[in-house]
Amino acid sequence: MKMKTLALAAVLTAVGMPALAQDKVQFFPSLTGRTGPVAPNATPFANGYADYMKLVNIRGGINGVKTLVEECETAYATDRGVECYERLKGKHGGATVFQPLSTGITFALTEKVAADKIPLITSGYGRSDSADGGVFKWNFPLIGHYWVAGDTVLQHIAKKEGGWDKLRGKKIAVVYHDSPFGKELLPIIEERRKMHGFEVQLLPVPAPGVEQKAIWLQVRQQRPDFVVMQTWGVMTSTALKEAVATGYPREKMFGTWWSGAEPDLKDVGQAAKGYSAVMMQHGAEPDSAVVKEILAKVHGAGQGTGPKEEVGQVLYMRGVVGAMLAVEGARAAQERFGKGKPVTGEQARWGYENLNLSQARLDSLGFKGVLRPVSTSCFDHMGSAWARVHTWDGAKFTWASDWLQADEQIIKPMVRASAERYAAEKKLTRRAGTDCQS
Amino acid sequence: MGFFIEATIGGLMAGMLYSLIALGFVLIFKASGVFNFAQGAMVLFAALAMARFSEWFPALLGTESKVLGNVLAFAGAMVLMVVVAWLIEKLVLSKLVNQEGITLLMATLGITYFLDGFGQTIFGSEIYKIDVGLPNEPLFLLEQMFEGGVLVNKQDLYAAVIAAALVISLALFFQYTSTGRALRAVADDHQAAQSIGIPLNRIWVIVWSVAGFVALVAGVIWGSKLGVQFSLSLVALKALPVVILGGLTSVPGAIIGGLIIGVGEKLSEVYLGPIIGGGIEIWFGYVLVLLVLLVRPQGLFGEKIIDRV
Amino acid sequence: MFYRENGQFKTSYRSDSQIFAIAQDRVAIGVLIAFALIGVPLLADEYLFRAILIPFLILSLAAIGLNILVGYCGQISLGTGAFMAVGAYAAYNFLVRIDGMPMLAAILLGGVCATVVGVLFGIPSLRIKGLYLAVATLAAQFFVDWAFLRISWFTNNSPSGSVSVAGLSAFGIPIDTPVEKYLFCLVLVMVFALLAKNLVRSHIGREWMAIRDMDVAASVIGIRPVYAKLTAFAVSSFIVGVAGALWGFVHLGSWEPAAFSIDRSFQLLFMIIIGGLGSIMGSFFGAAFIVILPIVLNRALPALGDLIGVHIDTALVAHTEFMVFGALIVFFLIVEPHGLARLWSIAKEKLRLWPFPH
Repeated sequence: MKMKTLALAAVLTAVGMPALAQDKVQFFPSLTGRTGPVAPNATPFANGYADYMKLVNIRGGINGVKTLVEECETAYATDRGVECYERLKGKHGGATVFQPLSTGITFALTEKVAADKIPLITSGYGRSDSADGGVFKWNFPLIGHYWVAGDTVLQHIAKKEGGWDKLRGKKIAVVYHDSPFGKELLPIIEERRKMHGFEVQLLPVPAPGVEQKAIWLQVRQQRPDFVVMQTWGVMTSTALKEAVATGYPREKMFGTWWSGAEPDLKDVGQAAKGYSAVMMQHGAEPDSAVVKEILAKVHGAGQGTGPKEEVGQVLYMRGVVGAMLAVEGARAAQERFGKGKPVTGEQARWGYENLNLSQARLDSLGFKGVLRPVSTSCFDHMGSAWARVHTWDGAKFTWASDWLQADEQIIKPMVRASAERYAAEKKLTRRAGTDCQS
Repeated sequence: MGFFIEATIGGLMAGMLYSLIALGFVLIFKASGVFNFAQGAMVLFAALAMARFSEWFPALLGTESKVLGNVLAFAGAMVLMVVVAWLIEKLVLSKLVNQEGITLLMATLGITYFLDGFGQTIFGSEIYKIDVGLPNEPLFLLEQMFEGGVLVNKQDLYAAVIAAALVISLALFFQYTSTGRALRAVADDHQAAQSIGIPLNRIWVIVWSVAGFVALVAGVIWGSKLGVQFSLSLVALKALPVVILGGLTSVPGAIIGGLIIGVGEKLSEVYLGPIIGGGIEIWFGYVLVLLVLLVRPQGLFGEKIIDRV
Repeated sequence: MFYRENGQFKTSYRSDSQIFAIAQDRVAIGVLIAFALIGVPLLADEYLFRAILIPFLILSLAAIGLNILVGYCGQISLGTGAFMAVGAYAAYNFLVRIDGMPMLAAILLGGVCATVVGVLFGIPSLRIKGLYLAVATLAAQFFVDWAFLRISWFTNNSPSGSVSVAGLSAFGIPIDTPVEKYLFCLVLVMVFALLAKNLVRSHIGREWMAIRDMDVAASVIGIRPVYAKLTAFAVSSFIVGVAGALWGFVHLGSWEPAAFSIDRSFQLLFMIIIGGLGSIMGSFFGAAFIVILPIVLNRALPALGDLIGVHIDTALVAHTEFMVFGALIVFFLIVEPHGLARLWSIAKEKLRLWPFPH
């Protein structure tokens, strides 16, 4: 049967071979979750990603180099994600960067990208300790990770109460996805608990979280003052419906940025009014310049990847922002390694490590009012720790807070300590300053 | 004390919801000896049909009435489930007559994959809404006796009543109608039933259609609770311990098993969970079933397994 | 014509009880093994190794383990994912907590731990039968899933619950490149397949099959059901545990409990049912079917679509993959309910007569 395999593989490679004449393209693979347990949430991300890449081509490409997106369906399963990675990493001249949109796949790929020399952008998810570029050379949690989310959501709650000292003695329940994704939030909550003396009630929800009655009965019994949610997919809307059913006020519920988007709330509608979620800088941005441009130039030309109604929604924007960061990193790499020709993954990595997006630059790209400046460095692969909170008013989101900045004084030591543990376990050495120049 | 009652009532109602799904398993096993792995996919397929038809039919007909829309959608989904049952019988079951149980189990697995893919192809893979008017506000009882009252979820209450009605009507159907008798005869012995003239193919289509009806009702209720999307097929995993606890061949067993598992799960999560870290709901039902099976290997109400040597 | 046994006389008991009695079989297997050891590393590219061959090998090892339990001993188990998880995490703990532990030893010790857990969850099989046992073993699956998420000692207190290994080596040879990983898995699979084949041909294997066919009659003639069932669970869990450790160490590198979820258990059960219950070769066929077919479909469908000029988006490809996969399962079951191994045996039987019809 091994021969059968090889024969099949030979046939397939022949069938799937790209055209012989290869244009210069910058290849951006897209690992999608269009089917499976998180399809309603992951589909807008993939659509936003593809649409922005099309917009970049319409705008003239990256100094003339066109972008090429190829999708591969992972259905949020780690082994399929690994197979897609293996399949796409060498195509079209080599993948520039991967954005797996899954913490599980990120963990699996972290091991492989170092050997394959392809960077990984994990904006808002993945390993929080990968912000430490000294240990994680190839991981880039650009513009935020889970500890930023946790810190800013707690800051928002504290502000609403009138200050951190007012939280002493209060009870905060954490409803989280029982997996590495959910558990990544806990260290920052624990750190803040030690500092400010509030009680924490941990309520893990086993995936996929379709039955949460017992969780919310416990919430009703314990009467926490606030509920923080780190959930994803159907777990969020189920949680909200159970909260409605047990009468827990939605104004006291705060989600992280994977737990507060339209697919989660549309279904619950008016009953979810008052629910807030902290957003990784951007929220739903229907009025932003980039959305208007996409609607005009991409959807207007019939090239839109998904439905028009989706453009500007929270998860769509996350895909757009992810694509923008990917492209700007490649552009920055071109500045160093040669404008007008495609950069390799290794060169793009340098670009992501030296990303300097000023407010003027972001505005010119169409992200005025959406993003704040991003500036990464050799040892800081996050580049920006801003967030803001939006609230669901029954039909759409409205901003409920000013810009919040995660407290790097607390987070940086945590990141470093965790990265050191990883390095010790894997017997890696911290990168020296000289390594930063490559 | 009030909280204990609340948790118990919540558990009983969750259990009724599980039994709704378990009923489908039991029906098919009872009548054809096949463990229908595809029940979860059937629930999802039926719910998707209902959700999408309730969008499409009113638009096609130009009516605004929600009730009419829902009724038409339900009827449409039912017709679709009968067609699916007929196709399954014709293409799969009739070709695998007399095969071992495990082969048939595997065939239902193939049907699961097929229905999953097919359902999402025609109906789409986003979250869809089913709104049959089940209210979702909490109901607080006995507020004088217990502080804060005892919480009863109205939606679950309606669902429990519907489930009970369904079970009673199914029990009556099996007991008092000629088709029901024919179904029981086929369950007892295929060959004997065939020899007295009961048409096996028709019986199997009827059984799978009834199971499809049960799947539709379960899909509507669970779909209004959770929204209709892929994870709905995973509720079947929560119903498996119910099926086994009650015994694979017993309709009342499905209900009683459901109630026991529901209460057991909720009480264990609420009282035992915080001690060992939470999230135990997912295995508690199965461990409970394991312990019961050690004492009664055929489940609470199942037929005793007789091994003839 | 080519497959005749004419002239092949056995003159000793030893040669009579060979696994491959016919010379042509021996040649064929020799060629296959030589190709697998030498030809494939020369011909295959990295993608084939990483995404197809290594998962295929590891899952066929797990399928062999499960086949011993379900196919040879008749105890349906849906807890295989749990035993794989126990093997993986136990091997991880041995590797990380004991300095200088060789990886191969860690993997085998992981298998031993899986054996212990397997025997424990196999005790209900003494009372419970059939589908009821299947659901009872699901208790193992969910409990073990939960345990590895909740009890942080197992994951070396990692904050996220995810663990990873690096720097694998066996007998001083590093196992980093895809070719080395493939050869490592191949050698282990061959050793275990031989072990399993000899076990099922031996006295204990016959005990298992007797229990499967008619356990009351078996106990009447003196086969102890306790011993037979529990050894089946033990051997099966050992092999499955080793496969789990390989899956985590060699294929994934970094894993969480969801890698060994109930989907994995179902996947393995389906492999052996499609491949053929009670057949070591069937485990390989089933693993090939279930591992390789979805990938083939995934890659062929867009290409086919391009041929007829229709652009199929990724979601539709994924759905069609499901539909075709389900339809193929049903088709193969209708054609040969006893699995692909039986199809293969029938083909060999016909080959023995070829070119004569009977």
